[in-house]
Amino acid sequence: MLHYLLKKLLFTAITLWVASMVIFALLEIVPGDPAQLMLGINASADAVAALREQMGLDLPLPVRYGAWIGGLLQGDFGVSYTYSVPVSELVGERLWVSLPLAIMALVLSTVIAIPVGLYSASRRGTRTDTGIMAFTQLGIAIPNFWFALLMVYLFAIWLQWVPAGGFPGWDQGLFKGLKSLILPAIALALPQAAILSRVTRSALLDVMGEDYIRTARAKGLTARAVLWRHALRNALIPVLTILGLQFAFLLAGTIIIENVFYLPGLGRLIFQAISQRDLIVVESVVILLVATVIFINLLVDLTYALVDPRLRQGTGRNAS
Amino acid sequence: MKILTNLAKTTALAAALTMSASFVAINAWAAKTDVTLGMVLEPPHLDPTAGAAAAIDEVVYANIFEGLTRIGSKGEVLPALAESWTVSDDGKVYTFKLHTGVKFHDGSDFDASDVKFSLDRARGEKSTNAQKALFKGIESVDVVDPATVKITLSAPAGNFTFNLGWGDAVIVAPETADSNKTNPVGTGPFKFSKWAKGSSIEMVKSDSYWGKPVALSKATLRFIPDPAAAVSAMLAGDVDGFANFPAPESIPQLKADPRFKVVIGSTEGETILSTNNKKAPWTDIRVRQAVAHAINRQAIIDGAMFGLGTPIGTHFAPHHPAYKADLINTYPYDLDKAKALLAEAGFPNGFKAVIKLPPPSYARRGGEIVAAQLRKIGIELEIVPVEWAQWLDQVFKKKDFDLTIVSHTEPQDINIYARKDYYFQYSSDTFNKIMTDLNLATDQAERYKLMGDAQTLITKEAVNGYMFELAKAGVWNAKLKGMWENAPVQATDLTGVSWAE
Repeated sequence: MLHYLLKKLLFTAITLWVASMVIFALLEIVPGDPAQLMLGINASADAVAALREQMGLDLPLPVRYGAWIGGLLQGDFGVSYTYSVPVSELVGERLWVSLPLAIMALVLSTVIAIPVGLYSASRRGTRTDTGIMAFTQLGIAIPNFWFALLMVYLFAIWLQWVPAGGFPGWDQGLFKGLKSLILPAIALALPQAAILSRVTRSALLDVMGEDYIRTARAKGLTARAVLWRHALRNALIPVLTILGLQFAFLLAGTIIIENVFYLPGLGRLIFQAISQRDLIVVESVVILLVATVIFINLLVDLTYALVDPRLRQGTGRNAS
Repeated sequence: MKILTNLAKTTALAAALTMSASFVAINAWAAKTDVTLGMVLEPPHLDPTAGAAAAIDEVVYANIFEGLTRIGSKGEVLPALAESWTVSDDGKVYTFKLHTGVKFHDGSDFDASDVKFSLDRARGEKSTNAQKALFKGIESVDVVDPATVKITLSAPAGNFTFNLGWGDAVIVAPETADSNKTNPVGTGPFKFSKWAKGSSIEMVKSDSYWGKPVALSKATLRFIPDPAAAVSAMLAGDVDGFANFPAPESIPQLKADPRFKVVIGSTEGETILSTNNKKAPWTDIRVRQAVAHAINRQAIIDGAMFGLGTPIGTHFAPHHPAYKADLINTYPYDLDKAKALLAEAGFPNGFKAVIKLPPPSYARRGGEIVAAQLRKIGIELEIVPVEWAQWLDQVFKKKDFDLTIVSHTEPQDINIYARKDYYFQYSSDTFNKIMTDLNLATDQAERYKLMGDAQTLITKEAVNGYMFELAKAGVWNAKLKGMWENAPVQATDLTGVSWAE
């Protein structure tokens, strides 16, 4: 187990290092001068030059890469070109929106998807099953921002239960904060729930075909008991994999939803930073997200071991 | 007995207090004094002396920061921190008399030395002022006494007091100048209170303001980037209005709603089909004239802007008294004439070219319509959408383009045609001479005539395709008073805003 962990950690470090170089190089290739962008098309050349110098853009590439990596290793993410505040502060503020939103969406989608998947699997081939699966297909197909707009019309404009968007800040009270996150969370959760319930169903059905299930049934257990006690537990590995991927996606991939609901989250931060060529923010946030995704994957790998005792002993066929 | 009187007094006092307290409560309920407005773009920071983003001025101009002069809602120059000024006979020395008793929001006093500091900083070698050119003519800034500043110019400049009214020329204090980006400290009637990044900016009434106090106690600007979300926010009542509403397609719907007031005004944004004047075949005036004849302005306005916008025939704001309205007829829509001109220039079958379009909808949607219109005379445009950063790099810096569409939003910016090496690469000694004369002229009639000459010249030479002036679609709560109808400068001036009873 320790060996397994060390190997994983080493790979993580190498992946991060390679990612940092790719990110840095990519952003340097992308055209666009942050200084010119800030001062606009009426600015004189010497003012732009002065700003470039002030931002350190006149230094050679390797020096800037070194400064960035050196800072990262000491936990210093740099200072935003445009906002003039430390990137860590920006990210910290945004995480307080994106993280609760991602967790809410994840919980919602799990709470919906697992029972639906279970139910559908237990009714395999029936009309109910076909109906549910058609419905999940629809859930995947409908763009979440469009669904979000529909919900805004219904719940914000027509019923006026929740605000149409924006985030008041947690200092305005937990309820107010949750209220403004509920629609975006549902919008994010629905397509995820649709995918997850399909995965749950097919994973269950795969397991149901295994010998030990037949044995359990032959032993005299009811279909229901088999499903709960034997099948679900064994079907959890693919479900967990998808969940891990989805969480990473939720944390970073909310750009559109955060725009529709004008939420001050991480997705919007990246979007704004890219369009303003706030290179240091983009670089640091992306490397942070890469780190998060790697970490979540590591966590998922470790959770496999919890679910599957074979992996814990390192003798199972899936051990790596 | 004495105790009793005391008791009576106390009771009376308590009753009075309760009454007045409830009176205050009723008052507070009756007259709303805070406002929440929506804005599309979040400012990168809040220092108007160190950035060109319109969103900066849209937050701080006239609200938080003030200059010596300011621009009013009709584009006129008004006194601000300068109470009055005199100009020497040779037009080179401006003496400003400053208001006294003015305080910065941090409590420090404002005086002539702050003016000197601000202007010297803006024109200095290390300056990162986006409009540094505004201060180019200043030779020296001298403090005469704490309430008097003398500015000496190297040559007379007819527009000098207007230039000092730009957001880029506001007065800042030396102690706080470097932190204004995140914590702006000015002399205005509102002081900055909170910036929830990505979400909103809040400012509150400044109690120490030197001038007429504002009616609002608090103003919140919320950032709503998505046009559909802007509509929802209005309909749901999350915001009280938008000085500049981003969804022209929804204007009729909001107009029909009695809760809202829709006001269409003008801006300083000349939206033009910028042409690379140094790249063949655009070097040939006949090709540029052919394009001018082939453009149907109204169709572009209807298609790209849902009918909002005023056709222009030159690079000048139509609401300005010096605007030459008849120039719009210089090249009437005439496809035969356009084809004939192209044939004359050696392109009887037209040619292929590239149009690069930045993100705003006037450019992206407008560009598609322009491409369709030019196809009729045989010019096949390849549409290349670019981001702003790419646009600045490829079009603005490297001049690698044939055509592009941009709205030039700086006020009275016809002088860009005199800039050496500006991106559309126009160069004319005649035009430069007009600009030099204009700078020196201080008589208004003469200035207007010169502005007219400049407009006529660039239109005759068909430097760029002149399309339309951007409109400002204001939408706000019908009870909100004092919002600006037009946008002569990029600002959301809240100093005159209040709620009707």
